[in-house]
Amino acid sequence: MRIIIRNGRLVCPAQQLDELGDLYIADGRIVSAGRVVDGFSADLEIALEGQFVCPGIVDLSVHTREPGFEHKATIASETGAAVRAGVTSMVCPPNTRPVTDNPPVVELIHQRQASLGKTRIFPLGALTKGLEGRQLTEVAALRLAGCVGLSNADKPITDTEVLRRAFEYAVGFDLPVFIHPEDSYLRNQGVMHEGKISTRLGLPGIPETAETIAISRALLLIEQTGVTAHFCRLSCARSVELVGAAKQQGLPVSADAGICYLYLTEMNVDGFNSQCHLWPPLRTDRDRQALLDGLRSGVIDAVCSDHQPHDEDAKAAPFSSTEPGASTLEVLAPLVFNLASTHGFKLEQIVGALTCRPASIIGISAGTLAEGAAADLFVFDEGRQWTVNAEELASAGKNTPFDDWEMNGKVTHTIIDGKPAFEDV
Amino acid sequence: MTGHSIQLDQHGRLIHFLTTEGLSRQILTSILDYAESFAGVSGRSVKKVPLLRGKTVANLFFESSTRTRSTFELAAKRLSADVLNVNIATSATNKGETLQDTLHTLEAMHCDLFVVRHGNSGAAHFIARQVAENVRVINAGDGRHAHPTQAMLDMFTIRRHKPDFESLRIAIVGDIAHSRVARSKIHALNTLGVSDIRVIAPKTLIPEDIQSLGVQVFHDLDEGLRDVDVITMLRLQRERISNAVLPSEEEYFQCFGLTEARLRIAGPDVIVMHPGPINRGIEIDSQVADGERSVILQQVSHGIAIRMAVMAMVMGAAPGAGTGGD
Repeated sequence: MRIIIRNGRLVCPAQQLDELGDLYIADGRIVSAGRVVDGFSADLEIALEGQFVCPGIVDLSVHTREPGFEHKATIASETGAAVRAGVTSMVCPPNTRPVTDNPPVVELIHQRQASLGKTRIFPLGALTKGLEGRQLTEVAALRLAGCVGLSNADKPITDTEVLRRAFEYAVGFDLPVFIHPEDSYLRNQGVMHEGKISTRLGLPGIPETAETIAISRALLLIEQTGVTAHFCRLSCARSVELVGAAKQQGLPVSADAGICYLYLTEMNVDGFNSQCHLWPPLRTDRDRQALLDGLRSGVIDAVCSDHQPHDEDAKAAPFSSTEPGASTLEVLAPLVFNLASTHGFKLEQIVGALTCRPASIIGISAGTLAEGAAADLFVFDEGRQWTVNAEELASAGKNTPFDDWEMNGKVTHTIIDGKPAFEDV
Repeated sequence: MTGHSIQLDQHGRLIHFLTTEGLSRQILTSILDYAESFAGVSGRSVKKVPLLRGKTVANLFFESSTRTRSTFELAAKRLSADVLNVNIATSATNKGETLQDTLHTLEAMHCDLFVVRHGNSGAAHFIARQVAENVRVINAGDGRHAHPTQAMLDMFTIRRHKPDFESLRIAIVGDIAHSRVARSKIHALNTLGVSDIRVIAPKTLIPEDIQSLGVQVFHDLDEGLRDVDVITMLRLQRERISNAVLPSEEEYFQCFGLTEARLRIAGPDVIVMHPGPINRGIEIDSQVADGERSVILQQVSHGIAIRMAVMAMVMGAAPGAGTGGD
């Protein structure tokens, strides 16, 4: 299929490209972004009026819930939501059922994805068998099956010796380790940030040190083992400082922030709002500002949706009994683009944090409009305002903390592998 | 401002009683005044008034309780309501039924008022959001969050002894971190104008940033008790010792137990309160618990009057009560 996108604002931080022009696609590849191609005959022409044309979003964390939790969502439902969100590649954590700790589970995920032809899935393999934090997984086999990294997902490894060995073993296979930093002893029964609001609501708190001690421990082991590591969902100011210092020191580390953490704080939990029950917890406004500063300075490399769709029952209970996580795919692009006008972010920073920078963390060639690259991209129309309505989300998870929020801008086209995957005009 | 909006209707009338936080001084005072009118009912030979005749009150206790449940039951019966006691700790939710299903089942039995105790903070708010529009909810204790009728019976007891709230110095001693009573009392005392509220405990029992609720923190009992007019002792749970929060009951009593000697540090007319049940020799010496400064048993009987007042108010049976919230 041959496509011309006319008169778009082509933004590709990987090539320092930001200009008005046309983009040409043929046979799944980008033929040109900006350079005029004479005599190009197209099957499809998309005429724009200066809307953004960006490489497809590489989302570092999307829970599809499949296999194992299909009552919450499926690969079909969530890749369906992802294409509407401009997400063309997504990393899926291994906390499936069965756990993604062996090649057949990886193959199953790939088969499901392939039959749909929508957003590409890059699974993370489990760092330990069953995520139990005891035995190492067969990393060579997982890598061969297509895993782009290793992670113990939401089950932090408590045994420091196991963590050390898991890091060491991963080094030999050149896979990054994704770390959700948390000391589970300090978390204890906590369900929200330990502070003013948890004290008022009488909800068990999670201290900041639950995260910072885990980061410090991991950093010392990263230094010792030389493993390439990625810190997922930083939640507090001190964590940004620790990762920033490690980068200064030259350690092979990267970090991301979830979109919720750039907009919401512990205050949003007030009134026992279970839609804001997240893990790690939403922290103070000072922490939120520090995450934004970290994104601006580059300490935080990527912004992800951290999409966690839930069934209705998962959020319908007293706060402590509800499950953490929010359905966020469809608000990711508008909320990230919005940072340009509300917080003065440069366009290349925010688009980079959604595209080439996460792509380089998992070592894939996506996230660019370079000639010859796979034609994964999306069009974003800043002028399209819309209001979030939980019930109308394409995701099977209606659990959004952003219900009724006004969004400035919308994904209007998504192209994957050179073929239109979504169009909203 | 947890839930103050859901506990008032659009005219500012109390429709659920979930927390003392966010309620106006006027509403709290009207609860106390209305309870005064019931305080005499228990002493009469016919201990009933017909305010809730024909109404059904369901006591939903997801956690066990003796005194709170029985005083709510007595209060409902003295208002002539029919009472259904559902001990859910041993019932349907243990068979996998969700909280929502249990509620809807009880609603189908046409209960008018739920009195709820639950181990999770926010449970009463959750239930108040779930029930049908004409059903009322009273929080009889949710996790560490709130126990508003206990706070109000304490206010009632304090007012009977020391009517001028603004001049009072009040100490709350013990496990503040896990205490719903402490939180509800702090909010009520603040609203009623008490400016000197002290919480006294080792740091492991003081929650993060408690000062933001308008209290002073003391880790030394003798220092904190100086010149206070009211002391509330909190019950210490044994699991605080097994969970590495405290080293031993003996050391706790030595440092934070209320004794006759320590009572002399406080003001001359100090009163001693405790929400019960008491751990004698752990947080309070028997001599003090049974002594002339103790008002612990008065608290229990005031509990009935307060619960009658709150039930009648949320059910709209109190003449003009609960209006004029700001």
